[in-house]
Amino acid sequence: MDLAFTPEQQSFREEVRKWIPRAMPADMRRKAEAGASFHQDETMQWHRILYEKGWIAPHWPKEVGGTGWDVARRFIFQEEIVRANAPELSPFGLSMVGPLLIQFGNAEQKARFLPKILSGDEVWCQGYSEPNAGSDLASLQLRAVKDGDDYVLNGQKTWTTYAQYADWIFVLARTGTDGKKQEGISFLLADIKNTPGITVKPFLTTGGTDAFSETWFKDARVPQRNRVGPENGGWAMAKALLGHERTLIGGIAESGKWVQRVKRIARETPVGTGTLFDDPAFRRRIAKLEMRYRAVAMANLRTLAAAQVGRAPGAESSILKIVGTELYQEATELAMDAMGHDAIGWFDAPESALPEHERWVASQFNYLRAATIYGGSNEIQKNIIAKQILRLPGA
Amino acid sequence: MNFDLTEEQQILVDSVARFVQNDSGTERFRKLRESARGWEPAMWERMGEYGWLGVAFPEEQGGVGGRFVDLALILEQLGRGLVPEPILASVVLAGGLVSRLGTAAQVERFLGPMIEGRTSLALAYAERQSRYCLHDVQTSAARVPGGYTLSGQKVWVLNGHAADQIVVVARTSGSQRDRAGLSLFVVDAGARALSRTPIGGMDGQRSALLELDGVEVAEDARLGAEGEAIAHLEWAIDRGAAAACAEGQGAIQELFDRTVSYLKQRQQFGVPIGSFQALQHRAADMFAELELCRSTMILAAIQADSDDAEERQAEISAAKLQLSHGGWFVQENAIQLLGGIGVTDEQDEGLYFKRLRVLQGLFGDADHHVDRFQRLGRFSADR
Repeated sequence: MDLAFTPEQQSFREEVRKWIPRAMPADMRRKAEAGASFHQDETMQWHRILYEKGWIAPHWPKEVGGTGWDVARRFIFQEEIVRANAPELSPFGLSMVGPLLIQFGNAEQKARFLPKILSGDEVWCQGYSEPNAGSDLASLQLRAVKDGDDYVLNGQKTWTTYAQYADWIFVLARTGTDGKKQEGISFLLADIKNTPGITVKPFLTTGGTDAFSETWFKDARVPQRNRVGPENGGWAMAKALLGHERTLIGGIAESGKWVQRVKRIARETPVGTGTLFDDPAFRRRIAKLEMRYRAVAMANLRTLAAAQVGRAPGAESSILKIVGTELYQEATELAMDAMGHDAIGWFDAPESALPEHERWVASQFNYLRAATIYGGSNEIQKNIIAKQILRLPGA
Repeated sequence: MNFDLTEEQQILVDSVARFVQNDSGTERFRKLRESARGWEPAMWERMGEYGWLGVAFPEEQGGVGGRFVDLALILEQLGRGLVPEPILASVVLAGGLVSRLGTAAQVERFLGPMIEGRTSLALAYAERQSRYCLHDVQTSAARVPGGYTLSGQKVWVLNGHAADQIVVVARTSGSQRDRAGLSLFVVDAGARALSRTPIGGMDGQRSALLELDGVEVAEDARLGAEGEAIAHLEWAIDRGAAAACAEGQGAIQELFDRTVSYLKQRQQFGVPIGSFQALQHRAADMFAELELCRSTMILAAIQADSDDAEERQAEISAAKLQLSHGGWFVQENAIQLLGGIGVTDEQDEGLYFKRLRVLQGLFGDADHHVDRFQRLGRFSADR
């Protein structure tokens, strides 16, 4: 057991810390320093900068264009990226379908899709949930019927995050109706922009942004070569991906950023003759949040370190999803409290009314109520823990 | 970065676990809690023979030369069996200070026999009014020719009733709450003008109330420089907190495991109660808190050796908070899920519940550690 960083790892940290602000265009750097949120085009700009540096996929093996870094380097890199308030990259290509293709895709699929995920030339979104398949995901009804070299898709997906910006969508589709509902599901890749019959309709969230879309498939033809893994064998792969997803969507690194954000707001919020940051009661609330963050971050690190030595994120990742998202929400709640009457403001308020680092707080506070719901609601995670880890009996 | 135990650590953990299973389960603790001493000298000697008492002391002092985390791993296993021998008081608190500050002669005299399990030590720091403030000290040490005279009262001295020597925190200068002016003295348990009143704790373990009514000690009884004890005392109490987290981890794990097996076995409405989703979700929440306890405990044990006081304090406070809140969540729900039997003395779970509550209150409770955390320079410097 040894948690100390080596001198090489320390100097890597220095290298990353120096590189990030230098690599950012002036306007992005200004926004990062102000703690602002970024638009899709800025996020993709940052994606390309990381790609050109060779740092776009810290968690991919070297053979397929990743950095091949060990856990310690990945951890350091992530810490520095978050510390610098750099734009958050879309996880759907780099962290979801990418690793799935690396594990389960054939040579042709890897060659076709992986390079463009890395370069950012193709943006991905996830087609899992349906109006009647949420927590009970395996009951999904999007039909894929074989016709010649294609599957013909009919049905609807929803909660497809940022589908309006995506070039490709990975979908779970029903290819079989025999046996258990989990057994008739296939994992397909569809060109969401250029396939006739696919329609994307974004809708507003309570955060005021169109983070989610409804995606319809009407006789949409997807070539059979775009099926990953065996027909009717999609569920096992999707489950592997969900385990991976849960370690990401806890928002743990982001919560660390929010702790800093809360401190900044408190420092810049006048109270009496001082600031909110001078108030011992409020400082203790921040301290408690930061201490909880340390605990959760450490648990995350333990999971990552286990993955390093070949133990895949299993059911344990469910814990990180639960405590991570609860922390994430708590952080936004504390930021709202720190803002006081400024918390009335919305992101379109003028600079004179709401400083840039406060502008997106209310939006995020609202949007992130989704955190305990998406990726398998926290109640579903508890079912998983009860059954798969604690081995409690079925009802 | 590696969280896996080394081969040596795994062997150590396995041997302590075997010891608890074969020789020191809760039946033994139940007998000992009725005895005057509360623990067994013969068992203490065995621990000395096994090398457990010296695991974190340097080899030149007669120890094994390991790190604090090795000691934490031992304590975690002992916590599973409620083993009452005074490692926390004797090895971590008093032993730690003798090892850190003692002259070669003091180390040989006080630490050597303790490492072998022939004697035990205690640290007397708390006073009735001090709560968690380590420099709120009324006990005085007045200079006299050839030494000092100690006067005052110390409360809740862990193992104070049985220790052969007691390290006493006394004021050599300054006023009651000054950080400066504190010194440490090794006082023989048989010293004249020292009276010890044994006190039974809620958890069935023993401590003592000490009255020092002009206890005379020689110059060579002073540990470290005169008037400069506070930073060392804070270091020792931090390690005490890290040790409490380690022992507490074992207790939480045991309590949790027992609760989960009860959920599988207890039948109501014709089914195991563990099949009810309300209870399953409760158990899942408990498991999450247990895992967070483990994470913070490991980090605290590693940082206990750090010379960076802020880094050490930050991690240990985070761990102590998690023990107090997360650990509490596990223990209160364990009793709830056990139902009525959880509040019977006959059932072991209540013993763990009580030991945990004692560990949570020792060396600073949750509020204390949250407050300390927000006072750290790094808390304000963080941008």
